[in-house]
Amino acid sequence: MKKLLCAVTGIGLLGSLMFTQSVSAQENSKPIKIGAIFSVSGPASFLGAPEAKTVKMFVDKLNAAGGINGRKVELVLKDSAGNPVSAVSFAKQLIEEDKVLAIIGPSTSGETMQIKNLCEENKMILVSCAAAEVIVNPVAKFVFKTPQKDSQAVTWIYRTMKEKGITKIAVLSSNDGFGNAGKKQLEDLAQMEGIQILVNEVYDKQVTDLTDILTKVKAAAGVQAVVNWSIVPAQSIVAKNLRQLGMDVPLFQSHGFGNPKYVQQAGVAAEGTLFPAGRLLIVDGLPDSHPQKKLLATYKKDYEDLYKEDVSTFGGHAYDAMLVVTEGIRKAGSVDPEKVRTAIENLQGLVGTAGIFNFSAADHTGLALDAFEMLTVKDGKFCAYTK
Amino acid sequence: MSKYTQLWAGGLLAAILVAAQLLLRVTGKDYCLTQLTMSVYYAIVVLGLCLVMGYAGQVSLGHGAFFAIGGYTSAILTTADFSRFQSLAGVGWLKSIHILEVRQNLFGSPVTTVSPWAAFLAAMVVTLVIAAVIGYPALRLKGHYLAMATLGFGLIVNKLILGSSIAGAADGISDVPPFALLGGLMVSGKSPVRVQNYYIACGLLLLLLVLLGNLVRSRMGRALRAIHDRETAANAMGINTSAVKLKVFVLSALLAALAGVLFTHYTGGIGPSEAGPLKSVRYVALAAAGGMANLWGAAVVSTLINYLSLRDWFGSFDQAVFGVILILIIALAPDGPLPPLALWVRRAARRVFGQRRPRHGAA
Amino acid sequence: MDSGDLALQYFLSGITKGSIYAVVAIGFNLIYSATGILNFAQGEFVMLGGMLAVTLAQFVPLPVAVAGAVVVVACLGCLLEVSLFRKLRRHSVMHMVIITIGLSIVIQEAALHLWDEKVRSLPYFTGNEVTSLRILGAAISPQVLWVLGTVAIGVALLHGFLKFTLVGRAMRACSSNAEAAMLAGINTSNMRTLSFGLSAALGALAGCVISPITLTHYEMGAPLAIKGFAAAILGGLGNPMAAVLGGLLVGVAEAAAVSRLPAAYNDVAAFAILLAVLFVRPHGLLGAASGDSVREC
Repeated sequence: MKKLLCAVTGIGLLGSLMFTQSVSAQENSKPIKIGAIFSVSGPASFLGAPEAKTVKMFVDKLNAAGGINGRKVELVLKDSAGNPVSAVSFAKQLIEEDKVLAIIGPSTSGETMQIKNLCEENKMILVSCAAAEVIVNPVAKFVFKTPQKDSQAVTWIYRTMKEKGITKIAVLSSNDGFGNAGKKQLEDLAQMEGIQILVNEVYDKQVTDLTDILTKVKAAAGVQAVVNWSIVPAQSIVAKNLRQLGMDVPLFQSHGFGNPKYVQQAGVAAEGTLFPAGRLLIVDGLPDSHPQKKLLATYKKDYEDLYKEDVSTFGGHAYDAMLVVTEGIRKAGSVDPEKVRTAIENLQGLVGTAGIFNFSAADHTGLALDAFEMLTVKDGKFCAYTK
Repeated sequence: MSKYTQLWAGGLLAAILVAAQLLLRVTGKDYCLTQLTMSVYYAIVVLGLCLVMGYAGQVSLGHGAFFAIGGYTSAILTTADFSRFQSLAGVGWLKSIHILEVRQNLFGSPVTTVSPWAAFLAAMVVTLVIAAVIGYPALRLKGHYLAMATLGFGLIVNKLILGSSIAGAADGISDVPPFALLGGLMVSGKSPVRVQNYYIACGLLLLLLVLLGNLVRSRMGRALRAIHDRETAANAMGINTSAVKLKVFVLSALLAALAGVLFTHYTGGIGPSEAGPLKSVRYVALAAAGGMANLWGAAVVSTLINYLSLRDWFGSFDQAVFGVILILIIALAPDGPLPPLALWVRRAARRVFGQRRPRHGAA
Repeated sequence: MDSGDLALQYFLSGITKGSIYAVVAIGFNLIYSATGILNFAQGEFVMLGGMLAVTLAQFVPLPVAVAGAVVVVACLGCLLEVSLFRKLRRHSVMHMVIITIGLSIVIQEAALHLWDEKVRSLPYFTGNEVTSLRILGAAISPQVLWVLGTVAIGVALLHGFLKFTLVGRAMRACSSNAEAAMLAGINTSNMRTLSFGLSAALGALAGCVISPITLTHYEMGAPLAIKGFAAAILGGLGNPMAAVLGGLLVGVAEAAAVSRLPAAYNDVAAFAILLAVLFVRPHGLLGAASGDSVREC
C-alpha cells in the first residue's frame, strides 16, 4: 500500500516539476525582461505594496510610449512577503530561469543583504529599494540602491538640531532592519556633530504603546529632543504618546515618515514633527523652475489617479530604480549586462523622485545631501521647514 | 511499516529523486534543484516534528527556534573574525587541529573563523543543552499549556536574535561560507555544485527516514505510541514517560538544528524570521499535512509544498495556503491526506481494472 | 520628575498595555470556559472589529459603527462555531490548537485582501491624540479609561450573565459537565455557539476601543493573541477576573522591565516570566490547583 502512496506522490512531484516551468519568451527575444522582488504582503507590505504598484504603472506607461529603443519591457514580479529565504529563492529563479536583465528591489535591507552576494557572483544588476548603507558599502560592482543614505538623513537631523541649539537627545528605534540602520548612523555621527545621546532604546516594531519607553526618556533629565527611527504604526504612536505625557520637546522622525496617512493617524500630535524627506511630499509647494517638479508632479498625479491612494516616498524609490535601469539600457544601447552596468555607473544628473542621481564607481547610491529637504507638519500637511 | 516495506519505499523514493534530477537535467531545468534542496532540508525539520507530534502526541509551536539555534550558532562562529585574538596562547593550537581556520572573506581579506565542522559540532551541543533545559519542565505540561510554553520559547529566541547585534539583529547573517564535507563534497549554494548538493540533501533525508523508521519500530517507538494513546496507562505499565518524551523532544530539536546548519551553509545566510512563530506554524502545518505519524508521508508532502512555495506558485497567498492546509487537513483528514488518497486510488483502480479475485480469502 | 511620579507613570503605562492584553484575554477565557477550546483566532476577532468599525465610521456615526462591527463579528463567531467547530468536537487538544491557528492565518490573509496593508484607526472616543488626564504627577490617555471601562463592563456583564440568567447558568452547566447538562435538557450545541458569538463580540468591541491607541492593521491580531493568551494562562484559565489580572500583570511587568533593562528585551522578559509561571504553577495565579489535569502524574 505504501508503495502505491509513494508512487502516486512521487509522480505528483515529478509532474509538478514539469509544470513549474515559467513562461519564458526565450525564442522571442524582443521584450526586455526586468525582475522585481517586493514584500507586497507580510510585515513590510507598507513598503512593497506601493513599490509593486509603482513599477507596474511605470512599465505600462513605458510600453505605451513604445518601450526602450523600440523594445517593450516585461516585468516579472515576485512577492517575497518580507521573507529572506523566499527572496533568495526568487532571486535564483529570476537569475537562472527567467534570465532577467536586472532585478529591482527587494524592499527590505535584510532581504537585500541575503541576495547581494548572489547577484554579484552571477553578474546580475541589482537595484535595491532598501536604504541600509551596507548594501553599497563595500561597493559591489553590480549592486546599486536608490533610497537616500541613512547617514545623509541623520546629518540633516543633527544640523537642524544644532541650529536650534539642541545638544542632548533621546534616540528611539524599532528592532527591524530600518530601525537598526538608523540607530547605527545616529550613534556613529553623534560625536562628530556634537550631539550627546542620553537615552538610546530599541522597541519591538509591533508595539502597541510606547508610554513606558517615553517615561524612561522623561526620567532622564535634560533631554532636549527625541529622534524616532521606525515605520508605521510606531511612528504615529510615538508622536501621540510623547504629547500625552506632556512632553513638548521637538520630535524628529526618519525619512520613513513619508506618507500623509501617518500624519493623519498621529493627528494633532504630529504638528511640528521634523523629518528629512525627498521633495515628493511637498511637490505642490515647489516652484515650477525646480528640476524635479515636473517628474514629481506627473508621478503623483498618475499614481493617485490610478490607485486612488496617497503617493509615498517608498513607491518613489521603486520608480527611481526602474528609471535607473531603463536609462542605463537606453544609454548603453544594448542589453548586455556589463554594458548596462557601466552605463548605470556613469549616469549623471538623472532626475528622480528622491533627488538627482549622480552615480560613480565609488558611489552606487548617487544621491547627495541636497536630495533631502527638512520637512515639517503644519496644520496637518507637509511643508518645507524654514528656520 | 515492516522492514521489507520500508526498504521498498526507500528504494522507490530514491528512484523518484534520482529520476527527478535526471529529468530536470534533460529538460534543462537544473535550477529547480535549488528549491528542491531547500525543501528537503525543511522536510528534515518536519520529520523531527512528526516524532514529537505524531508519535509522542506533544504539540510544539516553537520548532523554528531550534532550526535557528543550529543555523545561527554555525553562522556566527563561521563568520566572526577572531583575528584580534591572534596573539593568544591557544590560538595556534586551535588552528592546527582545524577548529579555527584562516580563509578569505567575500572582499578578499583574510579572516580567522571557526571551521564549519567545529561550528557544526558546537551547534549540536548548544541545541542539545537548550532542548534538554527547556524540554524537561515543558514536557510535564499538557495540551494548551505545552503549546504556550513552546510558543513562548520560540518567541524568546526570536526576540533575543532581533535584539543582539552579534547575530546581525534584524538583517541576519549573510556571509556564511560553504561547508566542506568529506571526500571533496561541499554544502554550498553555488551553481556548479548544485547536483552534488541535491544528492547530499536527499541522501541525508533517506538516511534519516530509515533510521527514524527503525526507531519507531523499536521499543522506544512502541513506548511513544503508548504515551500518545494513553499516557497514564503507559506510566502504569512501567514506561518512564517523562524520559521518553524528553529524549524524543531533544532528538527532534537536534534534527531541526542539523537542518538549520546545512540550510544556512547552503543559502549562505540566515535571518531572524526562521525562529519566528510564522515559520514554526508552517512546520506544524506540514507535519499535519503529511499525516502526523507518517514519516514518509510527511517527508514527501512537506518537500512538495515547500517546493511550490519557494517557486512562487502561491504568490501573495503563500501564508494563506498554509493556514488553509492546517484547517482542511485537521478538519477532513486528521491522519493526513495520504490514507484517504490511497483509499480513493484503490477504489478508482478497482473500478478501472475490475474486482480482483480474492486469494487465500483476503480481500 | 521625582521618583514617586516616575513609578506612578511607569505603572500607568503598564496599565495602558495591560488593559489591552486583558481585554483580549477575557475573550479567550470565555470560549475556554464554555468549550475547552483555546481559540488562537481571538486576536483576529479584535482586528476585524477594528477594521470593520473604521470602514463603517466613514458612513455612520462612531457609536453606530462600533455597534455594527460588534454585531457582524459576533455573527462570524457563531458561523465559525456552527460550520467548523461543531464538527470537530471529538478531536484532541492538539488538533484544536492547530485548527484555530490555521483559522487565524486565513482570517488575517483574508483581511489583507479585503482591505489592504495600510494602518488605520478610529478617532479617540473622548478628546484627541494629545489629551491626557493628570493623576498626581503622571499622565494617561482618556482612551485607556475607555478600555478599562470596557474590561470592567465585560467582566461584570459576564459575571451577571453566567450567574443570574438562565442561559448563563446553562452555559456554566455545560462547561462543568457537558453530559449532565445534556441530560438536564440543555442544548449544549447552542451554548457553544453562544459562547463563540459572545467571545467574538467582546473581541470586536476590544478592537474598537483599543484602535485609537494601537492603530488597526491587518497584522495586529497575532501578537495580540499571543500576549492575550499569555495573560489568560498567567491569570489562570477558566476565571474571567483572573484573565484581567493576568493581562494587567503582563503589562505592568513589561513596563517594569523597560524601566530597568534595555527596552529591546521587554518581550523576552514578559515571556520568560510566563514560562517560569507555567513551569512552576501552570494553573496560573488564580487558577484552581485541582481540576483539569495540566500535568500528568
